[in-house]
Amino acid sequence: MRTQLRSRLSCLACAAAIAALGGCATTANNPKDPFESFNRAMFAVNEGLDVVIKPVAQGYDAAAPLPLKVVIGNFFGNIWDAWTAVNNLLQGKGKDAASDVGRVLINSTLGIGGAFDIAGEMGLEKHSEDFGQTLGKWGVADGPFFYWPLIGPRTTRDTFGWMVDVYVDPVWRVDDMALRNSLVATRYINLRASLLPSDKVVAEAAFDRYEYIRDAYLQHRRSQIFDGAQPHEVIVDEAAR
Amino acid sequence: MMKFALALLFALFCNLTPALAQENAPDALVRKVTDDVLTVVRQDKEIRSGNTRKAIDLVETKVLPYFNFQRMTALAVGRDWNKATPEQKTRLAEEFKTLLVRTYANALTSYKDQRIVYKPTRLQPDDSSVVVRTEVVQPGSQAVQLDYELAKQGDGWQVYDVRVAGVSLVTNYRDTFSQEVRSNGIDGLIALLGKRNKELQAGKS
Repeated sequence: MRTQLRSRLSCLACAAAIAALGGCATTANNPKDPFESFNRAMFAVNEGLDVVIKPVAQGYDAAAPLPLKVVIGNFFGNIWDAWTAVNNLLQGKGKDAASDVGRVLINSTLGIGGAFDIAGEMGLEKHSEDFGQTLGKWGVADGPFFYWPLIGPRTTRDTFGWMVDVYVDPVWRVDDMALRNSLVATRYINLRASLLPSDKVVAEAAFDRYEYIRDAYLQHRRSQIFDGAQPHEVIVDEAAR
Repeated sequence: MMKFALALLFALFCNLTPALAQENAPDALVRKVTDDVLTVVRQDKEIRSGNTRKAIDLVETKVLPYFNFQRMTALAVGRDWNKATPEQKTRLAEEFKTLLVRTYANALTSYKDQRIVYKPTRLQPDDSSVVVRTEVVQPGSQAVQLDYELAKQGDGWQVYDVRVAGVSLVTNYRDTFSQEVRSNGIDGLIALLGKRNKELQAGKS
């Protein structure tokens, strides 16, 4: 069953990759990033978009007082917690799932519609799961790496995971279009604002920002799939000690 | 009265012994360095408003002594490390240190009252390396994992890897470095690092 799912998904992944690239020449030499030239082009597109998005995020960051930003973060976090619970259940982590359900129940009621993280103060730890992580836990491999406009870095597996995430996302299902769009935009800007402090760190640390972000993303996802307990290499060079 | 004094002494003694034993423990070390650094950052408006030079000075005095840069560089370079001569290793480690100190300092300048939570450390008596897990807690968003990997160095411990949200600040360079070594050799990598450090030095501070 699992292998069947895995092969079907990788078939789909291949199909999507081929469709997305339609004849795009691959000059890359990195096995995890076979479509590097396409990805770099998309990275450039995102950099262009960020010329507009970043100032909006900076404006929001400067204008919104901290308590408001906390409330906004909690509100969207509470919505995501419900999906995190489902994914924890799918990954066989019943205890975490139960805790996540508790979080949603407590924060939606006592926390006034998710505005306050009362459950967190009560000691129910916040987790963050998505369908890409669930697929990873089930053994679906990363597949080729992609850099998408607006969405950003995703492995092939995580691209499918993301599509499922969006499909079930209550925010995308709000009927009133104006409300839906402003919710989506607020969440996006809030997310961008939260990444502002790392802009300078990455800009100065990286020799090649595309490569640095790609490799950091891949490491980060691996860590998320293993819930922070990923196996890591033992140092071989004894001379260095 | 005497009884009380004795009891107090006894209590003090009991409390002191484990404290002395723990002084060299890796988790105690991480906590001490973090506390020292954050105490300064909390009081220093210039660092928090982005004075990288000042943050670098702070990292150099408070953090550097506890980092093993030779080992960090070996981890970042990977297999090619063994191709380097001792002299090349020293120069590589020196340049990589400069870059990492700046990265660390830049991260410090964005500190805004986040709280650090220390997770319990599991350490067996004969372990030669250990992971100390901490969390940067920020209201409104999920806590960010901040892990330090330490190796035993004589009586004490030294950090050789730092991972932010599962991303190692050290091994994240692995592909970039090995590509450079493949095209331009170890000296090419030293030159690449040196050039980058000079650019950053000139641009900032």
